[in-house]
Amino acid sequence: MSEATLKTAILRIRRGLLNEVARYRDYNVPYEEGMSVLDALRWIRANLDSTLAIRYSCINANACKTCMALVNGEVEYTCIARLTPDIITVEPLPKRPLIRDLVTDTVPDDEKL
Amino acid sequence: MLHLSTDVLIVGAGGAGMYAAVAAARSGASVILLDKSLVGRGGATVMAQMTVAAALGQQEPDHWTIHLEDTLRAGRGLCNEELSALVCEAGPKRILEMESWGTRWAREGAHIKQEMAPGHSRRRCCYVDFLNTGPAVAATLRRKLSEIPEIRRISNVTVIEILVHEGRAVGAVALDINEGELVTFQAKAVILAAGGLTKVYERNSASANMAGEAYAMALGAGAELVDMEFVQFFPIGHLAPRLVGMDPIMWDPFRYKLGGKLLNGHFEEFVDRYGGADFGKYTATRDVASYAILKEVEAGRGSPHGGAYLDFRHIAERELRAAFGPVIDRLLKNGIDLNKMPVEVGPMAHYHMGGIRVSTNMESRIKGLYAAGEAVGGANGANRLSGNAITEAFVFGERAGSSAARAVQQTSIAWNQIAVDAHAEPIRELTSRRSKNGVSPAACQTELQNLMWKMVGPFRTGDKLAAVLERIKGMRRELPNLSIGSEEPFNLDIQDWFELRAMLATAEMVVTAALARTESRGAHQREDFPDSNAALEKNQVLELSDGKLRSRWVDPIRLTAREASHV
Repeated sequence: MSEATLKTAILRIRRGLLNEVARYRDYNVPYEEGMSVLDALRWIRANLDSTLAIRYSCINANACKTCMALVNGEVEYTCIARLTPDIITVEPLPKRPLIRDLVTDTVPDDEKL
Repeated sequence: MLHLSTDVLIVGAGGAGMYAAVAAARSGASVILLDKSLVGRGGATVMAQMTVAAALGQQEPDHWTIHLEDTLRAGRGLCNEELSALVCEAGPKRILEMESWGTRWAREGAHIKQEMAPGHSRRRCCYVDFLNTGPAVAATLRRKLSEIPEIRRISNVTVIEILVHEGRAVGAVALDINEGELVTFQAKAVILAAGGLTKVYERNSASANMAGEAYAMALGAGAELVDMEFVQFFPIGHLAPRLVGMDPIMWDPFRYKLGGKLLNGHFEEFVDRYGGADFGKYTATRDVASYAILKEVEAGRGSPHGGAYLDFRHIAERELRAAFGPVIDRLLKNGIDLNKMPVEVGPMAHYHMGGIRVSTNMESRIKGLYAAGEAVGGANGANRLSGNAITEAFVFGERAGSSAARAVQQTSIAWNQIAVDAHAEPIRELTSRRSKNGVSPAACQTELQNLMWKMVGPFRTGDKLAAVLERIKGMRRELPNLSIGSEEPFNLDIQDWFELRAMLATAEMVVTAALARTESRGAHQREDFPDSNAALEKNQVLELSDGKLRSRWVDPIRLTAREASHV
């Protein structure tokens, strides 16, 4: 990696449960050109804070369609939303019941326990 | 503790698990189908942007026995020929059944379009445009499942252990990922359809789900595993420039549709130097291509990111657009203009040839414990042909589902609460333990992935394998001390912990088997034993004996003379 690419992205992530006052936490993530927001979320879980709840399965292919969240206020698949070396706000989907952090209840009713 | 009961419990809801559910239900069984992700969205099937091989004979004359010959040749002498024959013979039936359920295979005039793929001697690989095969077949099966009331689908439940009572599978202990609570399932038969282990490798092409759980659970239940040293490395996984929204193995169909050139760092063609006979034909099998690329990298002739170039610049822009369709625009959004630049590709962990040792009914040596799809070992020997994985998911799924449903008609429900408690109690203890100090299971997974990629990748040596084995054992000892956060619900630390436990058990099997196979064959390349050894044209079987992993050699299962003459 050349020095020019040694940049940082700051992910400002809404944490917590449905009935709590919104709290945001910032995470500094080493930025590489081309990274997705999901890459950064996975990096945070492996390196900074494994208690962050996220939902994803296929990682990169945009095939499983389970990784949606609000990225800078827009509904996005985090696996294809490009990261930029700025402050990126990530929040759970607003129209789904919140489970915790970025995980909302997107499981079809007839697939529940 | 929540307790549910069914005839057939299916663990994993990718292509194999979903097909098994349909087959079991139509044979009269009640079914519970579980997935740790969401039903039909996790696993490998949904990611398959590629092709499905079946001797339909619609593109040109073909016969399943020719498909079988190709499959056995690629398997380097190690195929369980009865299982390979099953895949090749029943493949066409399953493809047509999927079509009758709504899968829209790409067509050419009046017939299903079939393409050539490396290692196949006929044009027999069908697909759904564009790069949509996996999502399309997963959607077909999800829709089919929803029409069948005998099938109960449950998402976000991960199975931890198979319950065995008096030599028979009687159910499973699972974790409800949302609540962090244990759930027990009582069943007359259990089908493990959660195959795949690519998550134990840093460079891999699969989803987050494939952590080797099916193998670890089968071993724990007393089943045998076979060919665990044979991990398939996909030769031309995408390395650079960074590509999002696409399966990293997307290049293959275009390479053989259009003839993309594989070039080393000096822009020279090279695969034919390694016996691949690839020049201009693009027919080198996956093991040969992976080997050739990494040898060039080792010789200092790799591309900047440690792979090779894949170059389509010699193909007319119009032709590229026709073949890639809308994919060409998705590539442009990623900053990739194939008319102007090559991309970099290299081997990555893709598929597991090894797996649970089963009969042609898909039953393991533990009564009532079945396997389906990639969880099954043996059909592909030392190297799998392109296009055979989805075929195998359908065929083995159907077979496991119908066999299990038939068997449960003669089975009374067996359940032993004392045995369940013995299994469940330590698990309950783990899931209720919280400790914030220490390494997280996610961080430990990363360490294992890096270790496996560096030391147990496409090239192996005895001393490296032995060192990895020691480290894996050390990591297993560290398991009880890992940090588990207290944030609920959807506590991923707990899920990661059980996943890591399975990853370590599976990695230990791969390394143990790789260490014992002192030769090079197919996907298993030992630098300290570069040639194949005719005396090792045998399958390696692993089992747990007094808590220790034990390996032994058996002769591959060949078709009998009568079957062979039929072939």
